[in-house]
Amino acid sequence: MPELKIVVLAKQVPDTHNVGGDAMNPDGTVNRAALPTVFNPEDLKALEMALQVKDRMPGSHITVVTMGPQRASQIIKDSCARGADDGFVLSDARFAGSDTLATSYALSQAIRQLGKVDLVFCGRQAIDGDTAQVGPQVAEKLEIPQVTYAEELCNVDGNSIVLNRRLADGVEQVRCTLPALVTVTASAPDCRYPHAHRLLRLAKEEVKFLNADDVNPDLERLGLKGSPTKVKKIDNIVLSHKESCQVDATPEALSQLMATLSKEHIIS
Amino acid sequence: MNFYTDNPSLSLHLHHPDMVRVAETAEKGFTEQGTAIPANSEEAIQQYEMILDLLGNISAEVIAPNAADVDLEGPHLVDGRVQYAAGTRKNLDTLVQSGLYGMTLERRFGGLNMPRVVAVMAAEIIARADVGFATIWGLQDCADTIQQFASEELKQKYLPRIQDGATCSMDLTEPDAGSDLQSVRLRATFDEANNCWRLNGVKRFITNGDADIHLVLARSEEGTTDGRGLSYFVFDRADGGMTVRRIENKMGIKGSPTAELVFSNAPAQLVGERRLGLIKYVMSLMNGARLGVGAQSIGLCEAACREADIYAATREQFGHPIGDFIQVQDILRAMHARTLAARTLMYETARYVDLSAASKPASRVADMLTPLVKLMASEYANRCAYDCIQIHGGSGFMKEYACERLYRDARILTIYEGTSQLQVVAALKGIVSGGYLKIVADYDAKASTLTLTPELAKCLAALRKGVERYNAMYDNAATEGTSAPRFEHHARRLTEQVALIIMGYLLLFDSVRDNAYTDACCWITEQL
Repeated sequence: MPELKIVVLAKQVPDTHNVGGDAMNPDGTVNRAALPTVFNPEDLKALEMALQVKDRMPGSHITVVTMGPQRASQIIKDSCARGADDGFVLSDARFAGSDTLATSYALSQAIRQLGKVDLVFCGRQAIDGDTAQVGPQVAEKLEIPQVTYAEELCNVDGNSIVLNRRLADGVEQVRCTLPALVTVTASAPDCRYPHAHRLLRLAKEEVKFLNADDVNPDLERLGLKGSPTKVKKIDNIVLSHKESCQVDATPEALSQLMATLSKEHIIS
Repeated sequence: MNFYTDNPSLSLHLHHPDMVRVAETAEKGFTEQGTAIPANSEEAIQQYEMILDLLGNISAEVIAPNAADVDLEGPHLVDGRVQYAAGTRKNLDTLVQSGLYGMTLERRFGGLNMPRVVAVMAAEIIARADVGFATIWGLQDCADTIQQFASEELKQKYLPRIQDGATCSMDLTEPDAGSDLQSVRLRATFDEANNCWRLNGVKRFITNGDADIHLVLARSEEGTTDGRGLSYFVFDRADGGMTVRRIENKMGIKGSPTAELVFSNAPAQLVGERRLGLIKYVMSLMNGARLGVGAQSIGLCEAACREADIYAATREQFGHPIGDFIQVQDILRAMHARTLAARTLMYETARYVDLSAASKPASRVADMLTPLVKLMASEYANRCAYDCIQIHGGSGFMKEYACERLYRDARILTIYEGTSQLQVVAALKGIVSGGYLKIVADYDAKASTLTLTPELAKCLAALRKGVERYNAMYDNAATEGTSAPRFEHHARRLTEQVALIIMGYLLLFDSVRDNAYTDACCWITEQL
């Protein structure tokens, strides 16, 4: 049975289900201190798919990589409690302000340091940015094929992986040669829970941190310097129940609703 | 969602000052070393919290959402074997895959070495999600009996299987032996050729009856008719010789298969010594099981409170949420107070059970408090379920709302593992010996040293009056002696009065630690 080297890219994100009134600073920036953090939900599903590969090929090794502040180490501990073998946090002030281009560059450099990698799994997108760009950009930088919107692992061996992709008009099955990068969508299976014995063992263990120098980067491509995206402003829009309206279940009423939503640019 | 972290009263009990001693006892003075082994009480309690956090998550996200479907589907009997409902299977698989089974077993058997307090809290959290499933989960207590009383060979054979999901059952009841277990007739005869015991007979109303590992009470001494002729056996379902004749169609806890079992020459091994089956081992297991039913009851109380709170806050009548109306508020207040009162009594008892390992006096207090927990918690669970439906009005009578299931599930709690009436019988010893009054006197001495708010000072005065009333009730009941029928006529009222007093003192201590419990303390002292 071949053994694969697997990387899971994960992100700690603000819990957007629990956004309070103090989520934004008066200057329009995000008040991160007021937001509880969670494991990005689709990244958890990516971890589960990696664990399913390991279930089928037990000698495989899963490394979880995240980029963020000190507290992002919780993501690594959580992943290891769920079955990942190890992981590290890319943490350095020089990464601050990274957009998807700079983030994917830093992550791809980190993956390169690990030597030969067979599979990279990541969530389709993070709930704080919703760009769905980091995964594909990492694949491009590593010059490996990518399978996006993966929903189900069908088969895997030492040479290829077979996945079902969830598309707007149905499910598509694809086979992809390894190495490859897979982005996992929200309809994929939920991640298994942490294992109690692993939780207790990990409680006393230190999480490994890498800084910018450790991943041998071109410093011009990191952080704000390497990020062409400039965010002008973020608005905190709280939809209240008062804005709801009753729509009759008739073709005319539904057409009217669609017209209104389109006119207000809620749908395009 | 997390049923541990969303309930601050659990954290209050997990961080009770006596938990330092509980952790020291569970870890035998922190002599063992290893990466997953706590080095001190602080680390141990952190570990307890991590485990309960994980379990609280699974209870809220997996077990609770499955509860309604499990209630509807129930288990199936297929070719003499029980198949769990799909949701039950999923619950079990998730808990096993998360390494939570066998939480009280020693580490050498793959356990987590958690103290009883944590096991009871886990049972409460699971029961809040689904009482029926909590019965299956709770039966892993059988493994504690094996750990405590069986030979090393049997421990090695059975205990490592628990963490892999081997389920357990406690086979005591027979058609003619329910509360009166001395009448058990299932025969155990020694098979010299195969060096094992053979079981023959019928067991009835066996919770989780088609489990992998059975503890069976059987008559090993031919010609005897009382409890001293009974021994305790462990039977492995994989060895054959047992069939499930039927599963009962029950009113509640429908996900839990209750089975009638036929043993035909089933091979089994003796646990501990002959003749001690009922008088030592079952009594020990039964005390644990009664605490387990306490946990199920309080979990159900918690679920009922939350269902009632949500409905009272969202259901509008006369232009207001019904929770604005004083009579509804009175019901909610009583529900919360009963839940908090039974809970504080239960964790006090669980702490004494843990401390029993190193202390005879602690063991005596644990034995006295256990019937009070079973009695009060199970009766309160029924009352809370009743009140939850009352808050829901006509909707609560319909199957669409969870309170209807809670009402059905609650009904067994005052019956199994010893009826309320048997708990009163068990409490009589502490009433007659003055044991309860000694516990109360110790509490009162402690209360005298505390700085109390005016409200709590009033509660303390009420508690002292309650003790005077209890003494007067006792004197009145005992005018013809404590063996006379007159005394037993009063036994239930005496037991409930002393239970209220004890719960009142415990809530007083909780209120000193956190003022949020003062209202419950006031409510309980109003009942004296």
